[in-house]
Amino acid sequence: MSNSRSFVVDDPQKGVFLLDREALVSDQVLRDEMRTIFAKCWIYVGHGSELKKPGDYQTRRVAGRPVIFVRDQAGQVHCHFNTCRHRGAIVCNERAGNARRFNCIYHGWIYGNDGALQRVPGEEAYTEAFDKSNYGLKGPARFESYRDFWFMNLDANAQPLIDYLGKATEYIDLVIDQSPSGQMEVLPGTQEYDVSANWKLMVENSVDDYHLPSTHSTWLNYMANSGVKVEPPKAKDQVLPTRGWAIELGNGHFTTDNVNFRGRPVAKWIPIYGEEAKAEIDDIRAELVQRLGEERATRVADTNRNLVIFPNLVINDGSSVTIRTFYPDGPNKMHVLAWALGPVEESEAARARRLDAFLTFYGPGGFATPDDVEALEMVQQGLANWEDDRWSEMSRGMGREGEQLNSDEHHLRIFWRKWNTLMTSASKGTSTGERT
Amino acid sequence: MSGASKTFTVTRAAVEDFLFQEAYLLDNWKLKEWEELLTEDAAYYIPPNDNLEASHLGTLFTIADNRERIRQRVIRVLDPNCHAEHPHSHLSRIIGNVRLMEQHGDLLTVWSNFICHRYRRNERIGEYVGSIRHILRIESGSFKIKERRVHLKSHELGSLGSVSFIL
Repeated sequence: MSNSRSFVVDDPQKGVFLLDREALVSDQVLRDEMRTIFAKCWIYVGHGSELKKPGDYQTRRVAGRPVIFVRDQAGQVHCHFNTCRHRGAIVCNERAGNARRFNCIYHGWIYGNDGALQRVPGEEAYTEAFDKSNYGLKGPARFESYRDFWFMNLDANAQPLIDYLGKATEYIDLVIDQSPSGQMEVLPGTQEYDVSANWKLMVENSVDDYHLPSTHSTWLNYMANSGVKVEPPKAKDQVLPTRGWAIELGNGHFTTDNVNFRGRPVAKWIPIYGEEAKAEIDDIRAELVQRLGEERATRVADTNRNLVIFPNLVINDGSSVTIRTFYPDGPNKMHVLAWALGPVEESEAARARRLDAFLTFYGPGGFATPDDVEALEMVQQGLANWEDDRWSEMSRGMGREGEQLNSDEHHLRIFWRKWNTLMTSASKGTSTGERT
Repeated sequence: MSGASKTFTVTRAAVEDFLFQEAYLLDNWKLKEWEELLTEDAAYYIPPNDNLEASHLGTLFTIADNRERIRQRVIRVLDPNCHAEHPHSHLSRIIGNVRLMEQHGDLLTVWSNFICHRYRRNERIGEYVGSIRHILRIESGSFKIKERRVHLKSHELGSLGSVSFIL
């Protein structure tokens, strides 16, 4: 099987790390990814706060699988496949809502929001072999949560979510510590857009601080125009005004961990927030210190962290907090879903400030994300030459001992090593096609 | 616009002329001139596709600019380092179904429909379709824009990708 060959040239002694660009353009690679990555890893489905009341649901396609993410009448959160057990139609075509039942419009089979098949029209026409209790909506083999972040796994034998997340939980906890009650909620308003680029380019982009000065100079100008001090880096190996690190978290997860220079709704004032916000931000900070102690409060308030949960969940705690996930739609296209996350007890003014701060950088109308999208699409266009210009150079910072910098490519290599391991050690004989 | 303020009467035709002129300026990247159409407290909103009626104070919008943010947005999109719009997208918008809805004092609410085609190199074509609510201030024989709120009809941005120009 050609799967035994590696997609990376990885030679730490010589300081060489090259990525085979076939990984970013190939239909066969995508088919293998669906089998060895998206069907084996824990994949983010949604946040419990999106389902506030019994019956609340969200429908989405998670890694190509139409699902209903729903809270049943007893309060239990489920992930059902949005597929009728009878002939396969989706049973809910609303984006979101509240329902006790999901009715298939085709032949009228009716399911409870807990997934149980409740009613089959003309049930008397079936023999005794047909047992309704066997025909509840199916779902992923496993569905587990960490602090209300819900993930599915299509592999019944997968390790528990908590073990899979490992040290990444510490960085999720840091985000949640913004909330005095330890409860964060997804705010209304979904950003949902396509990018004409391979999904893995978004993983790289989400944590790559090397690109910031070149891709986002207009955003840096905006910050400077708005009275935020953006000083040129003092150290030679630094590309941002402040220092930042890239940290490996195990299992293919990693994060940046940067000293903040760009302001934070929790809790570092910048002029963009307006004079009137100063007092409240002082109060938010005082609450953090009182609850968490000075050291932890400083971690929460004065660092920005872009966290990747392998393979496709990004939690950016930067200008604001965003949850971003993305799914391949062919090798040259991805579908992105992004939300804002905030403390449940936030005041109206703080909530408005958080949302406004989000838009200074993130999203399809933000001052930075559109240029990221442009960069990724330009990469994908350039990759059309992959057969004759085969390797991407990703060795930046490879000779560095000890702590790794956010602006090097150490963390990108963590991703690619994990990805390569999964793609090349897949069990033999299950591939539906051979790569030539 | 013609006529002194005392003879100025608000007609659909006058409003249409104004909206067509705005569309011309936006299509042709004459954004400094476009800014002159705005009041000093102008706002520009694009609510999220899945929640058009929401307030930007409690819901994540695609765009929620106050006047200062609009000024910064114009600086940004005219900068050659705004990669998403350099080279500039070719834009063509058609404005129609103009309806004068209500007038309170010197403030006039107008709804119109639009189709805006956006062409990028390498075949990327976007068709932005929706309605705009303008709140116009009637001022010295013409109008100024106090608020423009763009409702996109697509269920999600999807293949449109981003709104990196001024829609």
